[in-house]
Amino acid sequence: MDMNVSLNGLELKNPVMTASGTFGFGLEFAPYGDLEQLGGLVAKGISLKPREGNPMPRIAETPCGMLNAIGIQNPGVEDFVTKALPALKNRDVAVLANLYACDAEEFGELAAVLADEDGIAALEVNVSCPNVKEGGIAFGQDPAQITRVTEAVKKKAPGKHVMVKLSPNVTDIAVCAKAAAEGGADSLSLINTLSGMAVDVRKRAPRIANVIAGLSGPAIKPVALRCVYQAVQAVDIPVVGMGGIASAEDALEFILVGAHAVQVGTANFLRPDFAFGLAKEMESLLKSIGATSLEEFRGSLQLPL
Amino acid sequence: MSLRNCRIVKVLEVSPVGQSNSAGDFFELKLEYPDWDGWKPGQFVMIRPTNWELDMLWGRPFSICSADGTSLTLFIQSVGRGTSRIAKLVPGDEVTVWGPLGNNLAVEPDTPTLLLAGGIGIAPFCGYVEQHSAPENLKLFLAHRLPLECYPYEALCGKVDGQSMIDRKPEDLKAIIATLKDLIREYAEQDGLILCCGPTPFMKTVQTFANEFGARAQVSLENRMACGVGACLGCVTKDGEGHHVQVCTRGPVFWTDKVEL
Ligand SMILES: Cc1cc2nc3c(=O)[nH]c(=O)nc-3n(C[C@H](O)[C@H](O)[C@H](O)COP(=O)(O)OP(=O)(O)OC[C@H]3O[C@@H](n4cnc5c(N)ncnc54)[C@H](O)[C@@H]3O)c2cc1C
Ligand SMILES: Cc1cc2nc3c(=O)[nH]c(=O)nc-3n(C[C@H](O)[C@H](O)[C@H](O)COP(=O)(O)O)c2cc1C
Ligand code: FES
Repeated sequence: MDMNVSLNGLELKNPVMTASGTFGFGLEFAPYGDLEQLGGLVAKGISLKPREGNPMPRIAETPCGMLNAIGIQNPGVEDFVTKALPALKNRDVAVLANLYACDAEEFGELAAVLADEDGIAALEVNVSCPNVKEGGIAFGQDPAQITRVTEAVKKKAPGKHVMVKLSPNVTDIAVCAKAAAEGGADSLSLINTLSGMAVDVRKRAPRIANVIAGLSGPAIKPVALRCVYQAVQAVDIPVVGMGGIASAEDALEFILVGAHAVQVGTANFLRPDFAFGLAKEMESLLKSIGATSLEEFRGSLQLPL
Repeated sequence: MSLRNCRIVKVLEVSPVGQSNSAGDFFELKLEYPDWDGWKPGQFVMIRPTNWELDMLWGRPFSICSADGTSLTLFIQSVGRGTSRIAKLVPGDEVTVWGPLGNNLAVEPDTPTLLLAGGIGIAPFCGYVEQHSAPENLKLFLAHRLPLECYPYEALCGKVDGQSMIDRKPEDLKAIIATLKDLIREYAEQDGLILCCGPTPFMKTVQTFANEFGARAQVSLENRMACGVGACLGCVTKDGEGHHVQVCTRGPVFWTDKVEL
């Protein structure tokens, strides 16, 4: 079965990508499988300047999920371009950079650095930073800012495919999806983590130093599926679905509600070779349920009359 | 770096060690050998039983005690949800294993080497002693809360010089700290090597004395881990310059002058 996916100009040999922050810069997983078996690989979030990230503890396991508040620890974009990227070049896998900044200008600067890097197939824009200038509301919660940030990235990296990654921590995901499309996004990806918290009654303390953290893993899949479904209805650009995918069947659920491709995040921690075989498993499952192609199956959800 | 892999292997044996007690059970977990090319003492594995399904997502890290071509042995204390469920595995159950992971403990066969273990921190020293070419140069010190038979102490003492101290009452702790101080000073004076694994306060004490006497000492950290391969950045500690580094790939073993505990 043809598993190729065309995302508005971004060609993937299969619909499985690994999600930012859960797959390092890719090489961490090279001992466990062939990176070329992936449709795409989203590198960990990078910012203009290096960031040390949040204090420890940063992670906690929760029922069927986990919380993290890593705080975008990363070596900065220069280091990414000179060290991480060359090691990934010449491999037949689409490498996406994940951009993190705290205002539209900074996003533009970051995009400019990456605009001419031919080892990067696309830029994924993470709009989860609380924007201090605009009163501390995360970009991702303000449609006007989503549009502005998308425009800024698109302007500084006109030749690059720009995928805007949406946060589920909003009242109406459709409005945010439209805002990104209006800003010129070539595709959308969702969902980022759900805002959450865990505490210890014995220590009377939060389990994460940052107190508030992001929930991911199978626990969030129903929310993710609903968000992807609503985003697909709202815009004409392709949507990449993620949130709790831990099997081929989970992945196909996202395709069924209309996603073109998927990303695998927390499931990479179940076992480091998890993502490598997923596209093949999706293909077998599609055949066994009688789908004729990935494209035919996409968005074929039958709603009750 | 030796090659790593991820395999599903079967449980061969789960055997309790010592008596059960309220502070947690100790047991030895023997797994089918995951076909490694090799491993080094101080390295660890991540294991995740298949029957966890999606309830608990992360594997759990354990030091490699021995791995001999037919089996992989781990020594585990049951302290929480994951370890108590690992204790209930039975022969034939499937476990995903990835490793060997991390760096290793320093080996200098001809150097007098002091092994400082706090409780379950004795685990990495099982493999260390087994693979050492001159165990007569090794001395093991164990500080323990539970009866000595809960730990693989006697077996190690057959091969190396051993000393143990119980840690139950406040005055016990004082005595342990005084002994640690004397031992570390002694090994610093003869330019020996000191290796330490145990609870954080124990390792902090060792670090303080090692720095004070200029001893060459390593600590093996047991931070919480999700991926074990350097990707999630959930396990970090601060290096000598205050930068966050992954314990799973840059450690778990650090020189005491190059880590903030
Ligand atoms: C490199 C490395 C080697 C290790 N080697 C061994 C070993 O040989 N034998 C052994 O018994 N244990 C070892 N540990 C510790 C072991 O991984 C933890 O005890 C285990 O992950 C706890 O899981 P749990 O679900 O039972 O605990 P949880 O239910 O998650 O927690 C129970 C309690 O244990 C503490 N805890 C949780 N995870 C860890 C952790 N990773 N380290 C320390 N405390 C933790 C929690 O704070 C809590 O107080 C090692 C850890 C590391 C990182
Ligand atoms: C440890 C960790 C780190 C993450 N770091 C990033 C990041 O740097 N940038 C980003 O856009 N998303 C980040 N995410 C979010 C994931 O990419 C993904 O959107 C989310 O985890 C939901 O998918 P999942 O349930 O499959 O994990 C991170 C998630 C985890 C668990
Ligand atoms: S456990 Fe994931 S980076 Fe160390």
